[in-house]
Amino acid sequence: MGRITLDKVSKSFGEVNVIPPLDLTIEDGEFVVFVGPSGCGKSTLLRLIAGLEDVSGGQIRIDSQDATTTPPAKRGLAMVFQSYALYPHMSVRKNIAFPLKMAGMDQAEQEKRVDYAAKVLNLADYIDRRPGQLSGGQRQRVAIGRAIVREPSAFLFDEPLSNLDAALRVNMRLEISELHNNLKTTMIYVTHDQVEAMTMADKIVVLQAGVIEQVGSPLELYQTPRNLFVAGFIGSPKMNFFSGQEAAKHDAATIGVRPEHLDVSTSEGLWKAKVGVAEHLGSDTFLYVHPEGVETLEDTVTVRVDGEMALRHGDEVWLTPQDGKIHRFDGAGLRIA
Amino acid sequence: MARAVTTQRKVIATAAAWTIGIAIFFPILWTVLTSFKTEAQAIADPPVWFGFDWTLENYEVVQERSNYFRFLMNSVIIAVGSTVLGLLIAIPSAWSMAFVPGKRTKDVLMWMLSTKMLPAVGVLFPIVLIARFLDLYDTHILLIVVLMLMNLPIIIWMLYTYFKEIPVDILEAARMDGASLRSEIIYVLTPMALPGIASTMLLNIILAWNEAFWTLNLTTTKAAPLTAFIASYSSPEGLFYAKLSAASTMAIAPILIMGWFSQKQLVRGLTFGAVK
Repeated sequence: MGRITLDKVSKSFGEVNVIPPLDLTIEDGEFVVFVGPSGCGKSTLLRLIAGLEDVSGGQIRIDSQDATTTPPAKRGLAMVFQSYALYPHMSVRKNIAFPLKMAGMDQAEQEKRVDYAAKVLNLADYIDRRPGQLSGGQRQRVAIGRAIVREPSAFLFDEPLSNLDAALRVNMRLEISELHNNLKTTMIYVTHDQVEAMTMADKIVVLQAGVIEQVGSPLELYQTPRNLFVAGFIGSPKMNFFSGQEAAKHDAATIGVRPEHLDVSTSEGLWKAKVGVAEHLGSDTFLYVHPEGVETLEDTVTVRVDGEMALRHGDEVWLTPQDGKIHRFDGAGLRIA
Repeated sequence: MARAVTTQRKVIATAAAWTIGIAIFFPILWTVLTSFKTEAQAIADPPVWFGFDWTLENYEVVQERSNYFRFLMNSVIIAVGSTVLGLLIAIPSAWSMAFVPGKRTKDVLMWMLSTKMLPAVGVLFPIVLIARFLDLYDTHILLIVVLMLMNLPIIIWMLYTYFKEIPVDILEAARMDGASLRSEIIYVLTPMALPGIASTMLLNIILAWNEAFWTLNLTTTKAAPLTAFIASYSSPEGLFYAKLSAASTMAIAPILIMGWFSQKQLVRGLTFGAVK
């Protein structure tokens, strides 16, 4: 079991209030991703759940038990660190067995579990090596192995993939998702990468300055962002925002249209624009166009078009937002239903 | 062209390194050589290099005249004693400053270092008075405590930098893995800090072994270590270079041998963090 409830949890470091009182419930078996820009308090929130930081106020409950002041060793949670945090003086086997040894498990059972974890994570060939002799991906696997052997009630991941190169990151992302499908254990995953959040999460928690901006499934956040921040943060490339007259036409202070919801034509449309940079990805092309006579929040508008569409720098195009794909926001930046 | 320049640079650097190395080592070599000469050859002008009658006479005389092993034992007791006592105090202090730093931790560290800037002779008088008052003059315990205090800032600083190198993540990982504070210290912290503690210990033993100011001023006979043994051959007897050299050689030999075998540890200890 691994149901985690945060009840008015807050954290301040001296005078600095990092996390104002906040409520959140993480259901058993859920894959929850905390996402937000750096310094938004997502790692601190994870460390509060882990017990590595003390809360300044509020209550943390794990499976209905008050765990607010329980030391990390007694919370029954496992954590995978960004730096892997392996024990450099121990072999892979001893690293993975460490939590079992601490739990006082008998030797035979320890070996059985370590061997199983090593097999699942493709570490069998490296089992007697030290962490220093392993590549980044292998180290990350050892860290995950160390977390899974003790069958925790929840896994905590603190930006586990940010030290890996891009190709490996995609692989590990799939492996972690696979792991979640097999174990069905609660996982809390912290990242600043919204792609990781979108692809892995059952539920995303978007944070900014310690405040939860929105909680929801990836598609909910994509389709109905609650405010300008979430709208701009979720989705890649990010949403385009228009203000002024165009927004006023829709009775809003700001309207947002995602790059994939703008139709492009070379002959006719609503807004005229000039093509700046065109990024060809093969399947898609991202156009960064400079609109003319339209007020936007940023200099360029991003448009996703079919990879076959041949447009170059300086070409003139017309943009038309698709019906029903316009997001409206009021003066305070909140979504207008 | 570029290659020629680097080669030339290498040659110059190598030559410079050898020159400095020989310049530093020469006094020791000369002392050892002189210890095997007769007194006449020892002060011969021009000096004799290797072509003299090698003799062990000086060593015999030195052995006869003073009890080398008593001085040696005193040196061992004082060096090891002050090191062990120092580590007992320094490990917890360095530990707390590295892992639970407070607002004033940096200031405390700087203050400790600043005490090393005071000339030792500045506190000689009060310390001698205190020693007399406590009736501890010329005792092991006095020297152990004084040398420990003199070297404490260095031990704490060395250990502090070592402990700082241990990533906090790893300690937190141990906590997450269910380790109690005791297990965390036994299975994770200590093994990781052991090389640091070992090289700190070695360096401190050497510092305490070679310390002359306090050992000469605070001892007469009972607790006198090898530094006093050497000094006893300098002035009162007139100039007996060969015997003085024999005594010096005997005094530095143990620490030199220890240093030789542990040089890897020592270099690592002194450059830790800089090279890695």
